[in-house]
Amino acid sequence: MRIDFRQVATIASKEFWDRIRNRWVLVTAIVFAAFGLAIAYFGAAQQGGVGFMGIEVTIASLVSLVIYLVPLIALILGFDAIVGERERGSLDLLLSMPITRFELLLGKFAGLSAALAFSTLAGFGLTGILLSSQQIDLSGLYHYFVFVLSALLMGMAFLSIAVLTSVLASDRARASGAAIGVWFFFVLVYDLVLLGILVGTGGAIGAKAFPFLLLLNPADVFRILNVFSSEQARTFYGLATVFPQTLSNLWFLSLIMVLWIAAPLGLAAWRFK
Amino acid sequence: MIEVRQVVKRFGDILAVDGIDLSVRKGEIFGLIGHNGAGKSTLFKMMLGLESPTSGEILVDGQPPRGEAFRQVRRALGYLPENVVFYDNLTGLETLWFFADLKRANRATCPDLLAKVGLGDASRRLVRGYSKGMRQRLGFAQALLGQPKILFLDEPTNGLDPEGIREFYRILEELRAQGVTMILTSHILAEIQGRVERLAIMKMGKICAMGSLQSLREQTALPLRFRISCPDDSAEPLRLMLGQVGGAIVYEGSRGMLIVECPRMLKMEVLRVLASATKEVTDIQIEEPTLEDVFLGYGIERDQASKPNSGLSEGRQ
Repeated sequence: MRIDFRQVATIASKEFWDRIRNRWVLVTAIVFAAFGLAIAYFGAAQQGGVGFMGIEVTIASLVSLVIYLVPLIALILGFDAIVGERERGSLDLLLSMPITRFELLLGKFAGLSAALAFSTLAGFGLTGILLSSQQIDLSGLYHYFVFVLSALLMGMAFLSIAVLTSVLASDRARASGAAIGVWFFFVLVYDLVLLGILVGTGGAIGAKAFPFLLLLNPADVFRILNVFSSEQARTFYGLATVFPQTLSNLWFLSLIMVLWIAAPLGLAAWRFK
Repeated sequence: MIEVRQVVKRFGDILAVDGIDLSVRKGEIFGLIGHNGAGKSTLFKMMLGLESPTSGEILVDGQPPRGEAFRQVRRALGYLPENVVFYDNLTGLETLWFFADLKRANRATCPDLLAKVGLGDASRRLVRGYSKGMRQRLGFAQALLGQPKILFLDEPTNGLDPEGIREFYRILEELRAQGVTMILTSHILAEIQGRVERLAIMKMGKICAMGSLQSLREQTALPLRFRISCPDDSAEPLRLMLGQVGGAIVYEGSRGMLIVECPRMLKMEVLRVLASATKEVTDIQIEEPTLEDVFLGYGIERDQASKPNSGLSEGRQ
């Protein structure tokens, strides 16, 4: 069936303006900016210093924060996309319009992505502008750029999972529970389990498969993306030793992230019949 | 305009729609009557392509309700869902704009539509503050977007006050004059009976009667019921007297109460018998059942006690 992008745009623009009106975008941007600045200036407080400690260290600290924050925000943003309409009773009316289910799904995702993109770019963009008043070389700026973009991609991947959740769940309460579960699994549990397997088997099973297993978690892909975009961070993490060069290509990792966006959405479209 | 053939819809063990045939002609107002849960809304959803039938065939404006071809049909459909719900964070006008965009209707028509349904003054207020009746009106305005050829109205007068109901049917008449085909549901026959050309009565997923109001009346030969109060000792003699009227069914309701059921044409004959029994009869009440009583079994407690006396036993529980 043909996709009518005007219908997608109508749904997307409603979703986007809803988030502008209810100040979701503003609040999220402020949260991002506040955390970004706080980390840039106080991130090294544990080492006894306050003030800007260099872009690479700042990015490394931001990565460990954002990896918790962005998936949570994206999941909360998207979990009721479809189930909310269903529970409200407006889904039937929407679907009686000249719009296909796929267009509705795509429009929801696009609009919510735009809201997420807006607040991510505004929040971390502001931080970036303030950082650039410090002495930062071009490669530092490039790494920051990669960081912001990869944070957005990770957000969209979790948004895509959230939309899938909202299609599968029978009511909002379940959808929100599932969304929190997804966050718990990917952000907290997954790495621990992986580490457990690696240590438990003395590295026998894990070593070869380990890099590939990391790709099965968008949060880990985000981490790797940021590690490999910076020489300093790479040695800092020591990841280069376990990670084969072929898998650490920036484009390859970005492609994986895009797959993480497309796959849950595709699954959602298939189940939303 | 709308053809429904042998349509069945099953949800697990529940048979929501059980082999329905009906056709709605171009430009007519068709009523679908039934209890809540009789399957009206499910039938509606299938006609709109929101649910697919388990078996059977549906054609709306010559198209089955699916696929790219039906998208074109949808532009010319208006649908007012039962218990319509809108977005609390939008104003009435913004709500209408949103649906106008989806339907490719002109946004400029929205203020007029809102005025038409009586929401002109509230168009810039948030839907959050709307009453149930106002939401219903907004839903109706939404259904009218893009000058639809076919209107599906599910319980359209739900939540409207009498003034609103009159206004609603006035707009419907206007649309009928323009040749719009309309199908509407209700659980109150009395409300729509004078306003639809044909109606179908649905019960437990089946259509138990269909036709114009006049033809339904003729089909049913509605029975009358007399409630006769009498002193205890005269109940038996009175019963014998009434028993002589062929075709009347006589039985004892409660103490001191006889009940007679008979076809309408025996009315005078029964009355003559009763008039002659001045000593035995202390009071008479005559109940004239409506179509609603016959088909939907509302109101009177007849069905446990009495025997069916018309050819419409399938219309009852």
